[in-house]
Amino acid sequence: MASYSTSEFKSGLKVMLDGDPCAIIENEFVKPGKGQAFSRVKLRNLKTGKVWERTFKSGDSLEGADVLDVQMQYIFSDGEFWHFMDTDTFEQKQADEAAVGDAKQWLKEEDMCEVTLYNGEPLNVNPPNFVELEIVETDPGLKGDTAGTGGKPATLSTGAVIRVPLFVQEGEIAKVDTRTGEYAGRIKN
Amino acid sequence: MSDWRPTASLEAMRARAGLLSTVRAFFAARGVLEVDTPQLARHGVSDPHIDCIPVAGHGYLQSSPEYHMKRLLAAGSGPIYQTCKAYRNGEAGTRHNPEFTMLEWYRPGFDLDGLISECLALFGELFSNTPSRTYRFRDLFAEVTGLDPLTATDSDLIQCAEQHGAPEGLDKAAAVDYLMATRVEAALPAEQLSVVIDFPGWAAALAQTRLDTDGTEVALRFEIYFRGLELANGYQELTDADEQRRRFEQDNRLRQKHGLNTMDADPYLLDALRHGLPACSGVAIGVERLLMARLNSDRIGDVLTFPGDRA
Repeated sequence: MASYSTSEFKSGLKVMLDGDPCAIIENEFVKPGKGQAFSRVKLRNLKTGKVWERTFKSGDSLEGADVLDVQMQYIFSDGEFWHFMDTDTFEQKQADEAAVGDAKQWLKEEDMCEVTLYNGEPLNVNPPNFVELEIVETDPGLKGDTAGTGGKPATLSTGAVIRVPLFVQEGEIAKVDTRTGEYAGRIKN
Repeated sequence: MSDWRPTASLEAMRARAGLLSTVRAFFAARGVLEVDTPQLARHGVSDPHIDCIPVAGHGYLQSSPEYHMKRLLAAGSGPIYQTCKAYRNGEAGTRHNPEFTMLEWYRPGFDLDGLISECLALFGELFSNTPSRTYRFRDLFAEVTGLDPLTATDSDLIQCAEQHGAPEGLDKAAAVDYLMATRVEAALPAEQLSVVIDFPGWAAALAQTRLDTDGTEVALRFEIYFRGLELANGYQELTDADEQRRRFEQDNRLRQKHGLNTMDADPYLLDALRHGLPACSGVAIGVERLLMARLNSDRIGDVLTFPGDRA
């Protein structure tokens, strides 16, 4: 892997720091009148999601991280691993629970996800921004209610629980914004 | 679609034009001659913290007009100023651009205090009713960090820098630079022209030095800060050719130590100094920083038509 010097640090660059792959969020060049220049860098640890702040001397360098974002199709879960497939090469990868994280409650078979690969193995899974999931359980709503009065809880086929308007019924398909976990409409059959 | 549009607003472009005409009128009224010196020349500065941009077959883009302006002074130009472009490799960030505009002037017969007064007079025209206050570097540094940069031990200064997030492996001068840039500058009141004088002797660059009351060496150098920005850097200029040669050699030793290319001592500058540079003081001001302060902006891109990443 190539190494990158501070002058090449820019937002989005993936580098190794303390043995973990990180993405640079921002790089601030700091230099006093005449003297040593520094780079103050904010990085996101791609394993833990934590944000680190580090200062480097100008000209220092970091090893690049073998990190790649790829579109993969979610196939199934065996309970321990979540399996994804590259639809061009049919190559399959298995992601563990740590990599799947919160995404697991939105994963529907055959949906395309963005999988971050680190040294070729899934490090992180991003579900599509919107998913369509069947409502498997919700209380019958009041007739005539059309707009939000706070709504009611509904359990989706993946086990996720969201709030839906009172008129939404069991068996219907809800559209959900995975970034907020909010109901975004229903799909007419 | 590429980022073809300018990042500066029309207001910022007008502010630049206005500032340049204020500067011209200011110096015309004071009998300071506007000059023009090359931006492309055979030699570049030896300062180990400045990376000159080489141009194949020509030499270097100039990181400052200093050497050429000193040659004019030695030839008897009298007081001179210019606004010009300057170039520094790798300096890019919210306050830096590899190509920037410098206002630099020299005053034969002025000591450092005389030049500070003139600087404040110019700033008075640009930032009316702004108070100024002068600090000695070591007092200011000690007030913020608790350490006297000239007498504290190397390890105390390095440890203090590391406690505040500095990378490991700094030497004393770099640790002081780090604390100055990250802690001390930030502690200066924003709405005041803060003049800092008596820099440590090792940070003299091309300034004269003198001994402080306790015998430590301080540089006859000042900086002016305003709204969190370093605006001006001035010297009571070194006029001794032998001392200049020693500083070239010292810079090159540091360059070698840090694995940098060495820079040949500029023979034209040395010969001009040997001929005789009049006793003088000189100052360099970042024009983009002035504009940022005028417009209360915290991004240099706001005052450049096309910053480096879209030029």
